[in-house]
Amino acid sequence: MELLMLIYVFVLAIFVGFELITKVPPTLHTPLMSGSNAISGITVVGAILSAGMEDFTISTILGVIAIVFATINVVGGFVVTDRMLKMFKKR
Amino acid sequence: MQIVLYLVYLVASVLFIFGIKKLGSPKTARQGNQLASLGMFLAIVVTLLDHRVLTFEWIIIGLVIGSAIGVIMALKVEMTGMPQMVGLLNGFGGGASALVALAEYYNLLSHHNVVNQVAGVGGPEVSTLVTIILSILIGSITFMGSFIAFGKLQGFVTGAVVKYPGQHAINALLILLVLGGGVLFVMDFAQPELVLGIVGVSLILGVLLVLPIGGADMPVAVSLLNSYSGIAASMTGFVLNNNMLIIAGALVGASGIILTLIMCRGMNRSLMNVLLGGWDSAGSGGTGESSGSTPQGDVKSVDSEELAMIFDAASSVIIIPGYGMAVAQAQHAVRDLTNILEKKGIQVRFAIHPVAGRMPGHMNVLLAEAQVSYDKLFALEDINDDFNNTDVAFIVGANDVVNPAARHDKSSPIYGMPILNADYAKTVIMNKRSMNAGYAGIQNEIFYYPNTLMYFGDAKDAISKLNNELKEL
Repeated sequence: MELLMLIYVFVLAIFVGFELITKVPPTLHTPLMSGSNAISGITVVGAILSAGMEDFTISTILGVIAIVFATINVVGGFVVTDRMLKMFKKR
Repeated sequence: MQIVLYLVYLVASVLFIFGIKKLGSPKTARQGNQLASLGMFLAIVVTLLDHRVLTFEWIIIGLVIGSAIGVIMALKVEMTGMPQMVGLLNGFGGGASALVALAEYYNLLSHHNVVNQVAGVGGPEVSTLVTIILSILIGSITFMGSFIAFGKLQGFVTGAVVKYPGQHAINALLILLVLGGGVLFVMDFAQPELVLGIVGVSLILGVLLVLPIGGADMPVAVSLLNSYSGIAASMTGFVLNNNMLIIAGALVGASGIILTLIMCRGMNRSLMNVLLGGWDSAGSGGTGESSGSTPQGDVKSVDSEELAMIFDAASSVIIIPGYGMAVAQAQHAVRDLTNILEKKGIQVRFAIHPVAGRMPGHMNVLLAEAQVSYDKLFALEDINDDFNNTDVAFIVGANDVVNPAARHDKSSPIYGMPILNADYAKTVIMNKRSMNAGYAGIQNEIFYYPNTLMYFGDAKDAISKLNNELKEL
Protein backbone atom coordinates (compact mmCIF):
# COMPACT_ATOMS: atom_id res chain seq x y z
CA MET A 1 0.00 0.00 0.00
CA GLU A 2 2.82 2.33 0.84
CA LEU A 3 4.35 1.73 -2.58
CA LEU A 4 1.05 2.61 -4.18
CA MET A 5 0.97 5.94 -2.33
CA LEU A 6 4.49 6.70 -3.54
CA ILE A 7 3.48 5.92 -7.12
CA TYR A 8 0.45 8.25 -6.73
CA VAL A 9 2.71 11.04 -5.59
CA PHE A 10 5.17 10.39 -8.42
CA VAL A 11 2.54 10.44 -11.16
CA LEU A 12 0.74 13.51 -9.80
CA ALA A 13 4.03 15.38 -9.41
CA ILE A 14 4.89 14.67 -13.04
CA PHE A 15 1.59 16.26 -14.08
CA VAL A 16 2.28 19.30 -11.89
CA GLY A 17 5.74 19.51 -13.48
CA PHE A 18 4.35 19.43 -17.02
CA GLU A 19 1.78 22.12 -16.20
CA LEU A 20 4.35 24.42 -14.62
CA ILE A 21 7.12 23.98 -17.10
CA THR A 22 5.10 24.40 -20.29
CA LYS A 23 4.36 27.93 -18.97
CA VAL A 24 8.02 28.91 -18.69
CA PRO A 25 8.89 31.17 -21.68
CA PRO A 26 11.78 30.10 -23.99
CA THR A 27 13.76 33.13 -22.81
CA LEU A 28 14.16 31.48 -19.41
CA HIS A 29 14.87 27.94 -20.54
CA THR A 30 18.54 28.00 -19.57
CA PRO A 31 17.92 29.23 -16.00
CA LEU A 32 15.01 26.79 -15.79
CA MET A 33 17.37 23.98 -16.63
CA SER A 34 20.09 24.99 -14.20
CA GLY A 35 17.56 25.78 -11.46
CA SER A 36 15.63 22.55 -11.81
CA ASN A 37 18.98 20.82 -11.99
CA ALA A 38 19.78 22.21 -8.55
CA ILE A 39 16.49 20.82 -7.25
CA SER A 40 17.45 17.33 -8.44
CA GLY A 41 20.31 17.57 -5.94
CA ILE A 42 17.63 16.85 -3.33
CA THR A 43 19.15 13.38 -2.99
CA VAL A 44 21.54 15.16 -0.62
CA VAL A 45 18.90 14.37 1.99
CA GLY A 46 19.33 10.63 1.40
CA ALA A 47 23.09 11.07 1.37
CA ILE A 48 23.00 12.76 4.78
CA LEU A 49 21.07 9.84 6.23
CA SER A 50 23.65 7.39 4.86
CA ALA A 51 26.65 9.36 6.05
CA GLY A 52 25.28 10.10 9.50
CA MET A 53 24.88 6.60 10.82
CA GLU A 54 26.57 5.69 14.06
CA ASP A 55 28.97 3.06 12.72
CA PHE A 56 31.53 3.87 10.09
CA THR A 57 30.78 1.46 7.25
CA ILE A 58 30.99 1.36 3.48
CA SER A 59 27.63 3.15 3.48
CA THR A 60 29.22 6.06 5.32
CA ILE A 61 31.90 6.42 2.64
CA LEU A 62 29.38 6.21 -0.19
CA GLY A 63 27.16 8.66 1.68
CA VAL A 64 29.92 11.23 2.11
CA ILE A 65 30.88 11.09 -1.58
CA ALA A 66 27.18 11.42 -2.41
CA ILE A 67 26.95 14.49 -0.15
CA VAL A 68 29.85 16.12 -1.97
CA PHE A 69 28.33 15.38 -5.40
CA ALA A 70 24.82 16.44 -4.44
CA THR A 71 26.00 19.63 -2.74
CA ILE A 72 28.00 20.64 -5.82
CA ASN A 73 24.80 20.09 -7.77
CA VAL A 74 22.62 22.06 -5.34
CA VAL A 75 24.91 24.98 -4.53
CA GLY A 76 26.42 25.28 -8.01
CA GLY A 77 22.97 25.09 -9.61
CA PHE A 78 21.27 27.68 -7.45
CA VAL A 79 24.18 30.14 -7.49
CA VAL A 80 24.68 30.01 -11.25
CA THR A 81 20.93 30.35 -11.82
CA ASP A 82 20.84 33.42 -9.61
CA ARG A 83 23.80 34.85 -11.49
CA MET A 84 21.93 34.44 -14.77
CA LEU A 85 18.57 35.71 -13.57
CA LYS A 86 20.19 38.85 -12.18
CA MET A 87 21.06 39.78 -15.76
CA PHE A 88 17.51 39.49 -17.12
CA LYS A 89 16.37 43.08 -16.98
CA LYS A 90 13.96 45.27 -18.83
CA ARG A 91 15.87 48.34 -19.86
CA MET B 1 9.57 14.60 15.91
CA GLN B 2 9.30 12.53 12.70
CA ILE B 3 6.00 14.28 11.97
CA VAL B 4 7.73 17.68 12.07
CA LEU B 5 10.35 16.31 9.71
CA TYR B 6 7.74 15.22 7.19
CA LEU B 7 5.83 18.48 7.49
CA VAL B 8 9.00 20.45 6.71
CA TYR B 9 9.59 18.14 3.73
CA LEU B 10 6.10 19.05 2.59
CA VAL B 11 6.91 22.74 2.93
CA ALA B 12 10.10 22.19 0.91
CA SER B 13 8.15 20.39 -1.83
CA VAL B 14 5.68 23.28 -2.01
CA LEU B 15 8.57 25.76 -2.21
CA PHE B 16 10.05 23.82 -5.14
CA ILE B 17 6.72 23.96 -6.95
CA PHE B 18 6.28 27.68 -6.24
CA GLY B 19 9.85 28.31 -7.24
CA ILE B 20 9.37 26.73 -10.66
CA LYS B 21 6.03 28.50 -11.05
CA LYS B 22 7.73 31.85 -10.50
CA LEU B 23 10.29 30.97 -13.18
CA GLY B 24 7.37 31.54 -15.56
CA SER B 25 8.17 35.26 -15.86
CA PRO B 26 11.48 37.13 -15.97
CA LYS B 27 10.10 39.53 -13.33
CA THR B 28 9.60 36.88 -10.67
CA ALA B 29 12.15 34.30 -11.79
CA ARG B 30 14.92 35.35 -9.44
CA GLN B 31 12.57 35.19 -6.49
CA GLY B 32 11.45 31.75 -7.67
CA ASN B 33 15.00 30.47 -7.65
CA GLN B 34 15.45 31.86 -4.15
CA LEU B 35 12.28 30.12 -2.95
CA ALA B 36 13.54 26.81 -4.31
CA SER B 37 16.92 27.38 -2.60
CA LEU B 38 15.08 28.09 0.66
CA GLY B 39 13.17 24.82 0.25
CA MET B 40 16.43 22.98 -0.24
CA PHE B 41 17.98 24.68 2.79
CA LEU B 42 15.03 23.73 5.02
CA ALA B 43 15.11 20.14 3.76
CA ILE B 44 18.83 19.81 4.56
CA VAL B 45 18.58 21.42 8.02
CA VAL B 46 15.64 19.33 9.11
CA THR B 47 17.34 16.16 7.86
CA LEU B 48 20.33 16.97 10.05
CA LEU B 49 17.92 16.93 13.01
CA ASP B 50 16.58 13.50 12.04
CA HIS B 51 17.04 11.01 14.91
CA ARG B 52 18.77 8.58 12.53
CA VAL B 53 21.60 11.04 12.03
CA LEU B 54 24.04 10.38 14.83
CA THR B 55 27.43 11.58 13.65
CA PHE B 56 28.01 14.91 12.02
CA GLU B 57 31.68 15.31 11.21
CA TRP B 58 31.55 13.51 7.87
CA ILE B 59 28.36 15.23 6.87
CA ILE B 60 29.80 18.66 7.62
CA ILE B 61 32.99 17.85 5.71
CA GLY B 62 30.95 16.70 2.70
CA LEU B 63 28.69 19.74 2.77
CA VAL B 64 31.62 22.16 3.06
CA ILE B 65 33.62 20.56 0.23
CA GLY B 66 30.57 20.33 -2.04
CA SER B 67 29.49 23.91 -1.36
CA ALA B 68 32.98 25.27 -1.97
CA ILE B 69 33.32 23.47 -5.31
CA GLY B 70 29.78 24.44 -6.29
CA VAL B 71 30.24 28.14 -5.52
CA ILE B 72 33.58 28.33 -7.31
CA MET B 73 32.20 26.61 -10.41
CA ALA B 74 29.10 28.81 -10.43
CA LEU B 75 31.01 32.07 -10.10
CA LYS B 76 33.81 31.21 -12.52
CA VAL B 77 31.85 29.80 -15.44
CA GLU B 78 31.37 32.05 -18.45
CA MET B 79 27.92 32.39 -19.93
CA THR B 80 29.11 30.79 -23.18
CA GLY B 81 30.14 27.76 -21.09
CA MET B 82 26.73 27.31 -19.48
CA PRO B 83 25.86 24.09 -21.37
CA GLN B 84 29.04 22.44 -20.04
CA MET B 85 28.26 23.66 -16.53
CA VAL B 86 24.72 22.29 -16.61
CA GLY B 87 26.06 19.05 -18.08
CA LEU B 88 28.52 18.66 -15.21
CA LEU B 89 25.92 19.46 -12.58
CA ASN B 90 23.57 16.85 -14.06
CA GLY B 91 26.35 14.33 -13.75
CA PHE B 92 26.96 15.10 -10.10
CA GLY B 93 23.23 14.89 -9.32
CA GLY B 94 22.85 11.54 -11.08
CA GLY B 95 26.02 10.21 -9.47
CA ALA B 96 24.77 11.23 -6.02
CA SER B 97 21.47 9.38 -6.56
CA ALA B 98 23.26 6.21 -7.61
CA LEU B 99 25.62 6.45 -4.62
CA VAL B 100 22.74 6.91 -2.17
CA ALA B 101 20.98 3.85 -3.60
CA LEU B 102 24.21 1.88 -3.32
CA ALA B 103 24.75 3.04 0.28
CA GLU B 104 21.20 2.05 1.12
CA TYR B 105 21.87 -1.34 -0.41
CA TYR B 106 24.92 -1.96 1.80
CA ASN B 107 22.82 -0.81 4.71
CA LEU B 108 20.14 -3.38 3.97
CA LEU B 109 22.80 -6.00 3.43
CA SER B 110 24.50 -5.52 6.80
CA HIS B 111 21.14 -5.29 8.53
CA HIS B 112 20.06 -8.47 6.75
CA ASN B 113 23.20 -10.34 7.80
CA VAL B 114 22.58 -9.42 11.43
CA VAL B 115 18.89 -10.29 11.29
CA ASN B 116 19.66 -13.55 9.52
CA GLN B 117 21.96 -14.67 12.25
CA VAL B 118 19.30 -13.94 14.86
CA ALA B 119 16.07 -15.05 13.26
CA GLY B 120 16.99 -16.66 9.97
CA VAL B 121 14.23 -14.84 8.06
CA GLY B 122 13.41 -11.49 6.54
CA GLY B 123 14.65 -9.37 3.71
CA PRO B 124 13.69 -6.12 2.01
CA GLU B 125 10.63 -5.78 -0.16
CA VAL B 126 10.78 -6.44 -3.88
CA SER B 127 9.81 -2.84 -4.65
CA THR B 128 12.79 -1.56 -2.65
CA LEU B 129 15.14 -3.83 -4.55
CA VAL B 130 13.71 -2.87 -7.93
CA THR B 131 14.01 0.84 -7.20
CA ILE B 132 17.56 0.39 -5.90
CA ILE B 133 18.53 -1.12 -9.24
CA LEU B 134 16.67 1.55 -11.21
CA SER B 135 18.26 4.29 -9.18
CA ILE B 136 21.73 2.81 -9.71
CA LEU B 137 21.11 2.25 -13.43
CA ILE B 138 19.69 5.70 -14.22
CA GLY B 139 22.05 7.51 -11.85
CA SER B 140 25.15 5.84 -13.30
CA ILE B 141 24.07 6.46 -16.90
CA THR B 142 23.45 10.12 -16.02
CA PHE B 143 26.84 10.36 -14.31
CA MET B 144 28.98 8.99 -17.12
CA GLY B 145 26.75 10.31 -19.91
CA SER B 146 27.00 13.83 -18.51
CA PHE B 147 30.77 13.72 -18.34
CA ILE B 148 30.94 12.58 -21.95
CA ALA B 149 28.53 15.38 -22.90
CA PHE B 150 30.72 17.82 -20.97
CA GLY B 151 33.79 16.51 -22.81
CA LYS B 152 32.11 16.91 -26.18
CA LEU B 153 31.03 20.49 -25.43
CA GLN B 154 34.42 21.37 -24.02
CA GLY B 155 36.16 19.73 -26.95
CA PHE B 156 38.28 17.03 -25.30
CA VAL B 157 35.95 14.25 -26.42
CA THR B 158 35.34 14.19 -30.16
CA GLY B 159 32.29 16.20 -31.17
CA ALA B 160 31.79 13.97 -34.18
CA VAL B 161 29.01 11.45 -34.53
CA VAL B 162 30.74 8.28 -33.35
CA LYS B 163 29.68 5.11 -35.11
CA TYR B 164 31.13 1.65 -35.02
CA PRO B 165 29.96 -1.73 -36.25
CA GLY B 166 27.57 -3.58 -33.98
CA GLN B 167 26.87 -0.42 -31.99
CA HIS B 168 23.19 -1.07 -31.43
CA ALA B 169 23.77 -4.76 -30.77
CA ILE B 170 26.33 -3.92 -28.09
CA ASN B 171 24.02 -1.41 -26.41
CA ALA B 172 21.10 -3.86 -26.53
CA LEU B 173 23.33 -6.55 -25.05
CA LEU B 174 24.42 -4.29 -22.19
CA ILE B 175 20.83 -3.31 -21.43
CA LEU B 176 19.84 -6.99 -21.38
CA LEU B 177 22.77 -7.66 -19.08
CA VAL B 178 21.53 -5.02 -16.62
CA LEU B 179 17.96 -6.30 -16.80
CA GLY B 180 19.08 -9.91 -16.31
CA GLY B 181 21.31 -8.87 -13.45
CA GLY B 182 18.41 -6.95 -11.95
CA VAL B 183 16.17 -10.00 -12.01
CA LEU B 184 18.84 -12.16 -10.35
CA PHE B 185 19.32 -9.43 -7.78
CA VAL B 186 15.63 -9.27 -6.88
CA MET B 187 15.58 -13.06 -6.45
CA ASP B 188 18.55 -12.98 -4.11
CA PHE B 189 19.77 -9.59 -3.06
CA ALA B 190 22.68 -10.71 -0.89
CA GLN B 191 25.14 -10.60 -3.83
CA PRO B 192 27.23 -7.45 -3.65
CA GLU B 193 29.37 -8.57 -6.63
CA LEU B 194 26.25 -8.62 -8.78
CA VAL B 195 25.36 -5.07 -7.71
CA LEU B 196 28.85 -3.82 -8.47
CA GLY B 197 28.62 -5.56 -11.86
CA ILE B 198 25.40 -3.69 -12.56
CA VAL B 199 27.07 -0.41 -11.55
CA GLY B 200 29.93 -1.13 -13.96
CA VAL B 201 27.71 -2.00 -16.90
CA SER B 202 25.52 1.06 -16.23
CA LEU B 203 28.58 3.32 -16.27
CA ILE B 204 29.69 1.84 -19.60
CA LEU B 205 26.17 2.31 -20.95
CA GLY B 206 26.35 5.97 -19.96
CA VAL B 207 29.45 6.40 -22.12
CA LEU B 208 28.15 4.43 -25.08
CA LEU B 209 24.74 6.09 -25.16
CA VAL B 210 26.11 9.64 -25.34
CA LEU B 211 29.21 8.99 -27.48
CA PRO B 212 27.31 8.60 -30.79
CA ILE B 213 25.51 11.94 -30.37
CA GLY B 214 27.04 14.73 -32.44
CA GLY B 215 28.55 17.77 -30.71
CA ALA B 216 25.95 20.16 -32.06
CA ASP B 217 23.19 17.85 -30.79
CA MET B 218 24.52 18.08 -27.25
CA PRO B 219 21.70 20.45 -26.19
CA VAL B 220 19.27 17.59 -26.66
CA ALA B 221 21.55 15.20 -24.79
CA VAL B 222 22.04 17.64 -21.91
CA SER B 223 18.27 18.23 -21.64
CA LEU B 224 17.64 14.52 -21.62
CA LEU B 225 20.33 13.89 -19.01
CA ASN B 226 18.72 16.66 -16.96
CA SER B 227 15.54 14.64 -17.06
CA TYR B 228 17.38 11.44 -16.11
CA SER B 229 18.97 13.12 -13.10
CA GLY B 230 15.46 14.02 -11.90
CA ILE B 231 14.14 10.52 -12.45
CA ALA B 232 17.15 9.08 -10.63
CA ALA B 233 16.33 11.33 -7.65
CA SER B 234 12.72 10.12 -7.76
CA MET B 235 13.84 6.49 -7.76
CA THR B 236 16.03 7.21 -4.75
CA GLY B 237 12.89 8.64 -3.15
CA PHE B 238 11.18 5.28 -3.71
CA VAL B 239 14.13 3.49 -2.13
CA LEU B 240 14.01 5.73 0.94
CA ASN B 241 10.19 6.03 1.07
CA ASN B 242 10.58 9.78 0.81
CA ASN B 243 7.82 11.77 -0.92
CA MET B 244 9.84 14.96 -1.14
CA LEU B 245 12.54 13.27 -3.21
CA ILE B 246 9.88 11.77 -5.44
CA ILE B 247 8.16 15.13 -6.00
CA ALA B 248 11.36 17.10 -6.59
CA GLY B 249 12.71 14.43 -8.92
CA ALA B 250 9.46 14.22 -10.88
CA LEU B 251 9.43 18.01 -11.42
CA VAL B 252 12.94 17.90 -12.82
CA GLY B 253 12.20 14.80 -14.86
CA ALA B 254 9.22 16.54 -16.47
CA SER B 255 11.23 19.71 -17.10
CA GLY B 256 14.02 17.83 -18.84
CA ILE B 257 11.63 15.89 -21.05
CA ILE B 258 9.78 19.03 -22.14
CA LEU B 259 13.00 20.85 -23.02
CA THR B 260 14.23 17.78 -24.90
CA LEU B 261 11.07 17.66 -26.99
CA ILE B 262 11.20 21.41 -27.68
CA MET B 263 14.75 21.06 -28.97
CA CYS B 264 13.83 18.06 -31.15
CA ARG B 265 10.83 19.90 -32.58
CA GLY B 266 13.08 22.91 -33.29
CA MET B 267 15.20 20.65 -35.48
CA ASN B 268 12.28 18.65 -36.86
CA ARG B 269 13.91 15.43 -35.77
CA SER B 270 12.72 12.59 -33.63
CA LEU B 271 14.41 11.95 -30.33
CA MET B 272 15.52 8.57 -31.66
CA ASN B 273 17.22 10.18 -34.63
CA VAL B 274 19.22 12.46 -32.33
CA LEU B 275 20.14 9.68 -29.92
CA LEU B 276 21.27 7.36 -32.66
CA GLY B 277 23.59 9.94 -34.12
CA GLY B 278 22.86 12.96 -36.15
CA TRP B 279 22.04 14.35 -39.50
CA ASP B 280 23.70 11.86 -41.71
CA SER B 281 21.32 9.11 -40.70
CA ALA B 282 18.38 11.41 -41.49
CA GLY B 283 16.07 11.14 -44.45
CA SER B 284 17.71 10.97 -47.83
CA GLY B 285 20.99 9.66 -46.48
CA GLY B 286 24.48 10.51 -47.59
CA THR B 287 26.53 13.24 -45.99
CA GLY B 288 25.03 16.71 -45.96
CA GLU B 289 27.27 18.01 -48.74
CA SER B 290 25.63 15.91 -51.43
CA SER B 291 22.01 15.97 -50.33
CA GLY B 292 19.61 18.74 -51.21
CA SER B 293 19.81 20.72 -54.40
CA THR B 294 22.75 23.07 -54.55
CA PRO B 295 21.55 26.63 -54.89
CA GLN B 296 22.99 28.76 -57.64
CA GLY B 297 23.11 32.38 -58.63
CA ASP B 298 24.96 35.54 -57.83
CA VAL B 299 25.99 36.57 -54.38
CA LYS B 300 26.01 40.28 -53.64
CA SER B 301 28.25 41.56 -50.92
CA VAL B 302 28.14 44.88 -49.14
CA ASP B 303 30.69 46.96 -47.23
CA SER B 304 30.23 48.69 -43.92
CA GLU B 305 29.66 52.16 -45.36
CA GLU B 306 26.93 51.02 -47.71
CA LEU B 307 25.40 48.86 -44.99
CA ALA B 308 25.26 51.78 -42.57
CA MET B 309 23.17 53.68 -45.11
CA ILE B 310 20.78 50.76 -45.52
CA PHE B 311 20.31 50.58 -41.75
CA ASP B 312 19.92 54.34 -41.53
CA ALA B 313 17.08 54.26 -44.05
CA ALA B 314 15.24 51.43 -42.30
CA SER B 315 12.47 51.88 -39.79
CA SER B 316 12.36 48.32 -38.46
CA VAL B 317 15.14 45.79 -37.93
CA ILE B 318 15.06 42.21 -36.72
CA ILE B 319 18.37 40.71 -35.60
CA ILE B 320 18.75 36.94 -35.81
CA PRO B 321 21.59 35.80 -33.57
CA GLY B 322 23.14 32.34 -33.78
CA TYR B 323 25.88 30.53 -31.95
CA GLY B 324 28.42 32.11 -34.30
CA MET B 325 27.74 35.43 -32.56
CA ALA B 326 28.75 33.91 -29.24
CA VAL B 327 31.84 32.27 -30.73
CA ALA B 328 32.95 35.64 -32.10
CA GLN B 329 32.08 37.30 -28.75
CA ALA B 330 30.02 39.81 -30.71
CA GLN B 331 27.16 40.18 -28.21
CA HIS B 332 28.38 43.54 -26.96
CA ALA B 333 28.89 44.91 -30.46
CA VAL B 334 25.35 43.77 -31.29
CA ARG B 335 24.07 45.53 -28.17
CA ASP B 336 25.83 48.74 -29.23
CA LEU B 337 24.29 48.43 -32.68
CA THR B 338 20.87 48.08 -31.06
CA ASN B 339 21.40 51.22 -29.00
CA ILE B 340 22.63 53.25 -31.98
CA LEU B 341 19.68 52.20 -34.13
CA GLU B 342 17.17 52.90 -31.37
CA LYS B 343 18.60 56.36 -30.89
CA LYS B 344 17.80 56.96 -34.55
CA GLY B 345 14.21 55.91 -33.84
CA ILE B 346 14.53 52.55 -35.56
CA GLN B 347 12.64 49.64 -34.02
CA VAL B 348 14.99 46.75 -33.16
CA ARG B 349 13.90 43.27 -32.11
CA PHE B 350 15.63 39.91 -31.81
CA ALA B 351 14.27 36.68 -33.29
CA ILE B 352 15.56 33.63 -31.48
CA HIS B 353 15.23 30.18 -32.94
CA PRO B 354 14.55 27.39 -30.42
CA VAL B 355 17.84 25.67 -31.25
CA ALA B 356 20.02 28.77 -31.50
CA GLY B 357 22.96 28.41 -29.13
CA ARG B 358 24.17 25.30 -27.41
CA MET B 359 21.29 24.72 -25.00
CA PRO B 360 17.64 25.78 -24.73
CA GLY B 361 17.50 29.54 -24.08
CA HIS B 362 21.28 29.92 -24.32
CA MET B 363 21.13 32.87 -26.73
CA ASN B 364 18.79 34.74 -24.39
CA VAL B 365 21.24 34.41 -21.51
CA LEU B 366 24.12 35.63 -23.68
CA LEU B 367 22.12 38.66 -24.82
CA ALA B 368 20.92 39.34 -21.28
CA GLU B 369 24.56 39.32 -20.19
CA ALA B 370 25.29 41.90 -22.90
CA GLN B 371 22.51 44.01 -21.34
CA VAL B 372 19.92 43.60 -24.04
CA SER B 373 16.46 44.11 -22.55
CA TYR B 374 14.57 40.80 -22.38
CA ASP B 375 11.39 42.28 -23.84
CA LYS B 376 13.22 42.70 -27.16
CA LEU B 377 13.84 38.95 -27.44
CA PHE B 378 11.15 37.08 -29.35
CA ALA B 379 10.55 33.38 -29.87
CA LEU B 380 10.05 32.04 -33.40
CA GLU B 381 6.27 31.76 -33.25
CA ASP B 382 5.90 35.26 -31.81
CA ILE B 383 7.85 37.10 -34.50
CA ASN B 384 7.79 35.00 -37.65
CA ASP B 385 4.75 36.76 -39.12
CA ASP B 386 6.41 40.15 -38.71
CA PHE B 387 9.25 39.62 -41.18
CA ASN B 388 6.88 40.53 -44.05
CA ASN B 389 6.73 44.14 -42.90
CA THR B 390 10.30 44.46 -41.66
CA ASP B 391 12.89 46.48 -43.53
CA VAL B 392 16.06 44.66 -42.51
CA ALA B 393 16.64 41.15 -41.21
CA PHE B 394 20.21 41.05 -39.88
CA ILE B 395 21.57 37.52 -39.46
CA VAL B 396 24.60 37.21 -37.18
CA GLY B 397 26.22 33.83 -36.79
CA ALA B 398 23.10 31.85 -37.67
CA ASN B 399 22.73 29.79 -40.82
CA ASP B 400 20.59 26.65 -41.04
CA VAL B 401 17.77 28.23 -39.02
CA VAL B 402 17.12 30.75 -41.82
CA ASN B 403 17.54 28.40 -44.78
CA PRO B 404 14.33 28.61 -46.84
CA ALA B 405 15.07 25.15 -48.26
CA ALA B 406 13.50 23.83 -45.05
CA ARG B 407 10.16 25.11 -46.39
CA HIS B 408 10.15 23.74 -49.94
CA ASP B 409 13.10 21.47 -50.79
CA LYS B 410 12.03 17.93 -49.94
CA SER B 411 15.50 16.57 -50.68
CA SER B 412 17.16 18.83 -48.10
CA PRO B 413 18.14 17.19 -44.80
CA ILE B 414 16.59 20.09 -42.94
CA TYR B 415 13.29 19.93 -44.84
CA GLY B 416 10.39 20.49 -42.44
CA MET B 417 12.48 22.17 -39.77
CA PRO B 418 10.77 25.33 -38.51
CA ILE B 419 12.81 28.32 -39.70
CA LEU B 420 12.81 32.04 -39.13
CA ASN B 421 11.32 33.74 -42.20
CA ALA B 422 14.24 36.14 -42.61
CA ASP B 423 13.91 35.99 -46.42
CA TYR B 424 10.49 37.68 -46.19
CA ALA B 425 12.09 40.90 -44.98
CA LYS B 426 12.71 43.66 -47.57
CA THR B 427 16.47 43.32 -47.19
CA VAL B 428 18.36 40.41 -45.68
CA ILE B 429 21.86 41.08 -44.38
CA MET B 430 23.91 38.00 -43.67
CA ASN B 431 27.06 38.49 -41.61
CA LYS B 432 29.42 35.58 -42.09
CA ARG B 433 33.11 34.99 -42.27
CA SER B 434 32.90 33.02 -45.51
CA MET B 435 30.51 31.15 -47.74
CA ASN B 436 30.95 27.95 -45.73
CA ALA B 437 27.97 25.73 -45.07
CA GLY B 438 26.26 25.60 -41.67
CA TYR B 439 26.32 22.82 -39.16
CA ALA B 440 23.98 20.66 -41.25
CA GLY B 441 26.63 20.73 -43.99
CA ILE B 442 24.36 22.24 -46.61
CA GLN B 443 24.63 25.41 -48.63
CA ASN B 444 22.10 28.04 -47.69
CA GLU B 445 20.05 29.24 -50.67
CA ILE B 446 19.21 32.49 -48.88
CA PHE B 447 22.74 33.70 -49.83
CA TYR B 448 21.65 33.79 -53.47
CA TYR B 449 18.30 35.53 -52.99
CA PRO B 450 17.89 38.86 -54.80
CA ASN B 451 17.09 40.65 -51.53
CA THR B 452 20.12 39.22 -49.70
CA LEU B 453 23.36 41.09 -49.13
CA MET B 454 26.37 39.31 -47.68
CA TYR B 455 28.40 41.26 -45.14
CA PHE B 456 31.64 39.31 -44.81
CA GLY B 457 33.89 39.46 -41.77
CA ASP B 458 34.32 38.34 -38.19
CA ALA B 459 31.10 39.28 -36.42
CA LYS B 460 32.72 41.37 -33.70
CA ASP B 461 34.98 43.41 -36.02
CA ALA B 462 32.40 43.73 -38.78
CA ILE B 463 29.65 44.97 -36.48
CA SER B 464 31.99 47.37 -34.67
CA LYS B 465 32.95 48.81 -38.05
CA LEU B 466 29.28 49.13 -38.94
CA ASN B 467 28.62 50.89 -35.62
CA ASN B 468 31.35 53.44 -36.35
CA GLU B 469 29.93 54.14 -39.80
CA LEU B 470 26.45 54.55 -38.33
CA LYS B 471 27.69 57.02 -35.72
CA GLU B 472 29.16 59.18 -38.47
CA LEU B 473 25.93 59.39 -40.43
